[in-house]
Amino acid sequence: MRIDGKGIIDRTRQARFRFDGRDYQGFKGDTLASALLANGVRLVGRSFKYHRPRGILTAGSEEPNALVEVIGKTNRTPNVRATVQEVFDGLETRSQNRMGSLKHDLLAVNDLFAPFLSAGFYYKTFMWPRAFWEKLYEPAIRRAAGLGSLSGRHDEGAYEKAWAHADLLVIGAGPAGLMAALVAARAGADVVLADENPVLGGRLIAEGGTLGGEPAAVWVAGVEAELRSLPNVRILTRTTVTGAYDDGTYGALERVGLHKPARPDLPRECFWRIVAPRAILAAGALERPIAFPMNDRPGIMMAGAVRSYLNRFGVAAGKRVTIFASTDSARATARDLVAAGVQVAAIIDPRPDASVVEEVPVHLGAEVIDTRGRHGLRSITVRKGAESFEIETDCLAMSGGWNPTLHLTSHMNVRPRWSEDLAAFVPVEGAVPGLFAAGAANGTMSTHGALTAGKAAAEAALSALGRVAGTVAVPAAEDAPYGHRAIWSVEGRGRAWLDFANDVTTKDIRQAAKESYASVEHMKRYTTQGMAPDQGKNSNVGALAVLADATGRGIPETGTTTFRPPYTPVSIAAMGAGGRGAGFAPQRFLTSDQASRDRGAPMIETGLWYRPGYFPKRGEATWKEACDREVAMVRQAVGVTDVSTLGKIDIQGKDAGRFLDFVYTNTFSTLPVGRVRYGLMLREDGMVLDDGTSARLGETHYLMTTTTAAAGLVMRHLDFVQQAFCADWDLRFISVTESWAQFAVAGPKARALLDSLLEMPIGDLPFMACAAARVGGVEARLFRISFSGEEGFEIAVPTRYGEALFRDLLARAETMGGGPYGMEALNVLRIEKGFITHAEIHGRITAFDIGMEKMVSAKKDCIGKAAAQRPGLWGPEREQLVGLKATGPISAGAHLFRPGFAVERENDQGYVTSVCWSPTLGAWLGQAFLKDGRARHGETIRLVDHLRDIDMACEVCDPVFFDPEGGRMRA
Amino acid sequence: MRLTCPLCGPRDRREFYYYGAEDYLNRPDAGAPGSAWDDYLHNRDNPAGMTRDLWYHEQGCAQWLIVTRNTVTHAVTAVDLVAGRQGAAT
Repeated sequence: MRIDGKGIIDRTRQARFRFDGRDYQGFKGDTLASALLANGVRLVGRSFKYHRPRGILTAGSEEPNALVEVIGKTNRTPNVRATVQEVFDGLETRSQNRMGSLKHDLLAVNDLFAPFLSAGFYYKTFMWPRAFWEKLYEPAIRRAAGLGSLSGRHDEGAYEKAWAHADLLVIGAGPAGLMAALVAARAGADVVLADENPVLGGRLIAEGGTLGGEPAAVWVAGVEAELRSLPNVRILTRTTVTGAYDDGTYGALERVGLHKPARPDLPRECFWRIVAPRAILAAGALERPIAFPMNDRPGIMMAGAVRSYLNRFGVAAGKRVTIFASTDSARATARDLVAAGVQVAAIIDPRPDASVVEEVPVHLGAEVIDTRGRHGLRSITVRKGAESFEIETDCLAMSGGWNPTLHLTSHMNVRPRWSEDLAAFVPVEGAVPGLFAAGAANGTMSTHGALTAGKAAAEAALSALGRVAGTVAVPAAEDAPYGHRAIWSVEGRGRAWLDFANDVTTKDIRQAAKESYASVEHMKRYTTQGMAPDQGKNSNVGALAVLADATGRGIPETGTTTFRPPYTPVSIAAMGAGGRGAGFAPQRFLTSDQASRDRGAPMIETGLWYRPGYFPKRGEATWKEACDREVAMVRQAVGVTDVSTLGKIDIQGKDAGRFLDFVYTNTFSTLPVGRVRYGLMLREDGMVLDDGTSARLGETHYLMTTTTAAAGLVMRHLDFVQQAFCADWDLRFISVTESWAQFAVAGPKARALLDSLLEMPIGDLPFMACAAARVGGVEARLFRISFSGEEGFEIAVPTRYGEALFRDLLARAETMGGGPYGMEALNVLRIEKGFITHAEIHGRITAFDIGMEKMVSAKKDCIGKAAAQRPGLWGPEREQLVGLKATGPISAGAHLFRPGFAVERENDQGYVTSVCWSPTLGAWLGQAFLKDGRARHGETIRLVDHLRDIDMACEVCDPVFFDPEGGRMRA
Repeated sequence: MRLTCPLCGPRDRREFYYYGAEDYLNRPDAGAPGSAWDDYLHNRDNPAGMTRDLWYHEQGCAQWLIVTRNTVTHAVTAVDLVAGRQGAAT
């Protein structure tokens, strides 16, 4: 029911929304909860386990009951708190966790079985027969349990992530937070002020009192205007700080567009990472419920929430309200309601000595022991001494005290401290370095106290930041002592709920204690108390008190669980913003990329690079036809392929050769200028790290080539070796991978092709040599090396000339019967020649395994040499590189067995790493690691691949299948 | 988590690559017994408290760093250059 003249909603702007298929009207500034209450809707959901009818309990993000689905055009968001979701024109929402309609939920039958469904029911009941769990019990339970459901479609909504850096992060914009932000901002500090709500003010708005003689909202507006005018302040509304992490890093979720109709350019949410050396936690306090019998009916709400709905939204939560509270603050609920013309039937205060100043019936020393009303509260039963009586009421406002919102202070595993005075946990200073709680979050419950504490916290922060605070006056405000007495539960016949969301009652906690789950951690897991979406914000302390009572201990002795991030749920989509689809990883494109795509080449991802797989020609139906043609083209004419993805490291200095001797197994200091050598690099544990060629460009200048896969790894390794072991050597190196575009030109006509475009012919450049060259007026580098087994060259030009050179090379090659070749052909060519890739040197392979132990120089130390000599890393027991030849298809990943032996793990002889169909040799070829393989050439081995259903006899042979003498590449 | 690189200043941990304990810096002589190499390569303490480990400022200055930190409190007390330590030179 809407009350005229109350609240800060904009009554000139209506918002039409839907809930469970019915149209309703709210105003701009309403939450779904306030708008539903204004429309007289009390039943909004069903509980998790018993499917009890539930209403709205709170007015904040701690809401355990009023969880709904928000339905967009293409997506559906479950478990949205009606108390947080703002209404807008076209908002479509639906209740959840029901079978049938909300009023006639078929699963409400669970409630009748409640006596059997207490804590531990599932553990005890669904144990036998064992096979039933997976097939019957679990699917049935999962269907019945759970809350909202997802649409099952991709979330196509836009999300953002952002960083912010500040001197001071202020969490919460209530009295303490606003005061802190104001003091720090006026002193010139960079301030980020974050608050969950769309409006600043916190409880100042919900309580509606006065500050400095003017309405609190006026003071809030003045402070907000000043803060917004300052360039050093960033105000983040609708932003929940969800986690405190190491070294002053905080996570926060901003609801950017969830309060508006969806637009493609409007992010739904933004996940912030905020870095601030100091932070002030001014998150206020959460009111706690009382566990009295049948305390879960729609209409039973927190007293502070009833005030919020009245003062912030202009909504009366009921027509005839009763108050059940042991706090003085709840009396304000009665006063505010009466002043607004709402009938207050009675105040029930369990404190026998509390004051009686209100003009409504007050029952001291009394308790609520029962309630009635199937889909909403109709009446309560009150016990006072020996007598009990019933009161007609449609809304009961309860308050059992306040818990400081200290969650962030325990995110680094520090448990809060119990305060007897407050009957609540309070933050431990220093629990999160740099984070200081102030105001109600620190147990200071009066408005005046909060304002003063906020100011003091800001002054302390400024002092730590080396800034001087100016004088800022604290406005006069309410300064009443925190009048309260802890009341946790009320004895009676009915069930008394602690955790509404997970349907955990006082009986469940007592039963856990009786069954020896007396530790708070055990109790939590046994009863699931605190494990619902609200993470125990409403129930933790109450459950702890009941457990303490049941086990005959005090609360501090019983202990408490800690809170972990996030404070409220964070959507994965927000944390992963930008990482969907192509945003998942950066993309690296070759200079030849467009030219390759122009020719219809499908791209293969190799690391972050995109490389052409093959270049299809008209009439070719499969990739294999193209691949076979490209292989033949290289073997018979000339092929061109882009090899720029290989890592290139430019190494210079007097000690460059000495350094290469240390990181390679073989020697490079003796390499003549103008020559290229194949090098093998080990990890310090003796396994092969990488291989590649290095060229000596000058006396003190080398160019190292790494594989594509290990380019980054090798750079990191070189940096480590140099900085850790030879920091004083005369040596510098840098990655030049992206500075050069490099193309392999291979085949019998490679020389003729290059001679047609180089300014000087290649001449007598020997195999494994390099030289400076010029092409089209551009300085180039020419290397005579081969990964195909043919006479081959690699020509490198500065990257900006790459595409032009590639197109030119292709045009010339095509006049000679040649053309481009892709990764598939490149792979076939190298397997035919027995060259290895990272499919072979996969991290568990030694130089011995690949037959290169002679490349480990005996004359010098190198990284990995000592470890490679350890027993077990060499000898006949090792699986050694061999070639395989077969007449039918074989597969990489297949395992090898002796013919006649069972295909079992015990008989495993090795495995296959690479295979291809060789058009050159007309056979299937493979590279494999086989136990004592080098001694077994000529043997027949059985290749088995269960996944691809391959069982094939293969001939074991030398891995070099084609031109073993290397005459072609040395031609 | 943030690390203060001696060259670049305070940076988020996402800029750094973690390697392992600083033991990797104490490379045995080439002729050291196998046990020394086993210790160097594989055997590590798992301290609850102060530890020193190696990080690489991969998205920054490419310097290897020795980070002194507390595994219990997560406090980082020092970040030093590997290249600047005693023994980095031969």
